[in-house]
Amino acid sequence: MFQITAKEFLNPTVVKMSIHAPDVAAKAQPGQFVILRADGEGERIPLTMADSDPDKGAVTIIFQIVGMETTVLSGKNAGEFIEDFVGPLGMPSHVEGLKKVCVIGGGVGCAIAYPVAKKLHELGTAVHSIIGFRNKELVILEDEFRAVSSRFLLMSDDGSAGEKGLVTNALEKFILDGEKYDEVIAIGPVIMMKFVAALTKKYGQKTVVSMNPIMIDGTGMCGSCRLLVGGEVKFACVDGPDFDGHLVDYDLLMKRNSMYREHEQACLCRLTGKEAAVGK
Amino acid sequence: MANKSLVKTPIPELLPDERIASFSEVALGYTPEQAKEEADRCLSCKKSPCVAGCPVGVQIPEFITKIQEGDIEGAADILKSKNLLPAICGRVCPQETQCEALCLRGKKGEPVGVGRLERFVADQTLDAPPPAKPPANGHKVAIVGSGPSGLTCAGELASKGYEVTIFEALHKAGGVLVYGIPEFRLPKSIVARELKTLEHLGVVIKTNSIVGRTLTVDELFAQGFEAVFIGSGAGLPSFLGIPGEAFNGVYSANEYLTRINLMKAYEKDSRTPVQRAKKVCVVGGGNVAMDAARCARRIGAEVTIVYRRTEKELPARLEEIHHAKEEGIVFKLLTNPLRIDADENGWVRNLRCQEMKLGEPDASGRARPIPVEGSEFDIETECVVMAIGNSPNPLISQTTRGLEVNRRGCLVLADEDKMLTTRAGVYAGGDAVTGAATVILAMGAGKTAACSIDEYIQGKQ
Repeated sequence: MFQITAKEFLNPTVVKMSIHAPDVAAKAQPGQFVILRADGEGERIPLTMADSDPDKGAVTIIFQIVGMETTVLSGKNAGEFIEDFVGPLGMPSHVEGLKKVCVIGGGVGCAIAYPVAKKLHELGTAVHSIIGFRNKELVILEDEFRAVSSRFLLMSDDGSAGEKGLVTNALEKFILDGEKYDEVIAIGPVIMMKFVAALTKKYGQKTVVSMNPIMIDGTGMCGSCRLLVGGEVKFACVDGPDFDGHLVDYDLLMKRNSMYREHEQACLCRLTGKEAAVGK
Repeated sequence: MANKSLVKTPIPELLPDERIASFSEVALGYTPEQAKEEADRCLSCKKSPCVAGCPVGVQIPEFITKIQEGDIEGAADILKSKNLLPAICGRVCPQETQCEALCLRGKKGEPVGVGRLERFVADQTLDAPPPAKPPANGHKVAIVGSGPSGLTCAGELASKGYEVTIFEALHKAGGVLVYGIPEFRLPKSIVARELKTLEHLGVVIKTNSIVGRTLTVDELFAQGFEAVFIGSGAGLPSFLGIPGEAFNGVYSANEYLTRINLMKAYEKDSRTPVQRAKKVCVVGGGNVAMDAARCARRIGAEVTIVYRRTEKELPARLEEIHHAKEEGIVFKLLTNPLRIDADENGWVRNLRCQEMKLGEPDASGRARPIPVEGSEFDIETECVVMAIGNSPNPLISQTTRGLEVNRRGCLVLADEDKMLTTRAGVYAGGDAVTGAATVILAMGAGKTAACSIDEYIQGKQ
């Protein structure tokens, strides 16, 4: 059992939690993830870590409430426990030796992009950041990104926060201004990463993306996280989660990620049905 | 009075129709009368060739004699002195190629049902008081993985007074016994009971601990463990490398079985999903393929096993093949998959195959399957489960200095008799060394390693 030491809603559907997990905190590096089970009946789900503090033994996770497991998890409060929490998993993001990087975060993906931006900044890399959201209510980590970035743009689909448009509009603007990056790092919805990669391919900018497929064990045992990267099958859990953005088959990943959507809906219905019954 | 019957006393089983409607255990086990009847078939022959066939050296005629005498507790004492997990072994050991293969009664008729008797004794004494915890000897040993080899090694060492900690990557202990072997072959309550025995001996199991990630072998030594046993199994699934293997509805057997067994996806309200396909193809012919096929059958599918050689070469236990057939699973033999086709949304619709014929024996000694020109055909299916083997996970070897692996990723032993790896103080056994094999071989390796670790640590004094 792992105790939740702090909990905060960053926006109506995004939750930040601190978990007491000293073994994981001692080793965690940006880009790595954990697998957790919210309770004894729960499914194992992967979540990329947003921060870690080895001294306090704390790991921070930031997640969007999208399905059954994140709904259950979001219902837990500080002081309560989650059943299982294991990691750190996956290869850390490659951050050494980069002079200038553009970090792009989309939605809750900003929670994973931020520790990478922060680490790069600490290493003396010139960091440009672009973060994008659907609207003002969903914006997270704006101040944090600003603090570690020498150039920064906030984008929103409807223009209610920052500039109106997509992260790709901002990135193209930066590139047309003459910015050249050792790497563009894009973390967010698969569709966003797909279009960032398409754009950077056009401009010949090396791009790294962070993959978020369905997983069970996170150690290479089940193979459910397999992706096609440059025509080769890769396991996101042990070969990634970071991959060359120009080689990933995004369409295949989107299809694989939708594999259990019906089951997920059925679970959620049962959960809300149950809650309604309790409410009466 | 000896029982001269040429055949084993039949073991009661669920009927095929009952089986495919549930995950209840298929073989129900002997009654005391049936056990006595079968025990009476044992001649207690002087040579006892059966014992040589047992990787952990169970004194078979001795424990069977106790059953003949009606002394089940006495039988259990003899059995458990060599085998700490008899209720598991009685169910999943391939006795037909081990102890029973050497039984004198088998020369004319069927051998004595050693496995069935082992299971009977173990089940009858599941509630027996646990063995007394031996006095601590002040030495600490770390075990990586809580599968058959790790549990056996842990039990042996704990019995000698070692302080043993098992590090398990998953959230539940048991390794392949809980994620791989299905409930209907090995009920998880049985595994839990056998784990209790180890806990009584003082063995501590730390779940959610991935050696190679959460902590390393070097850190285990730094924490004061004097020796490490690696029993991390063969967890890396193989795929065929044919087009279409990433489509929705293609599973490794590991994933399929883990969802169903460990995560209980067969239960109606399970939060872990598994595809409820109407038609499933399982590729492969081993025990894992049979397990996957029989699971698929139980969650409502019509199942076809696709295997590239003939029935004679199927590596699965005869009993498993027999059960699979009884349950209506179709065997498509001399058939090799070429490609998986999907619909526009990426869901599997078709397995394109070709017919094979057998040629000269290959390096493995089995006849090499050769494609028959122009024989391509399609099997309509929504789900394909790849059960074509596993290799060891590289997480430990990649993060541990001085550990050599061979071409197949298996840990290399510097001293095979001692199960010693290429690094001092680090021992290994089970599938991590051999590649995918059996529960009992892994247990034998765990036992040997425990003796070596004991010698090693005592020798340092």
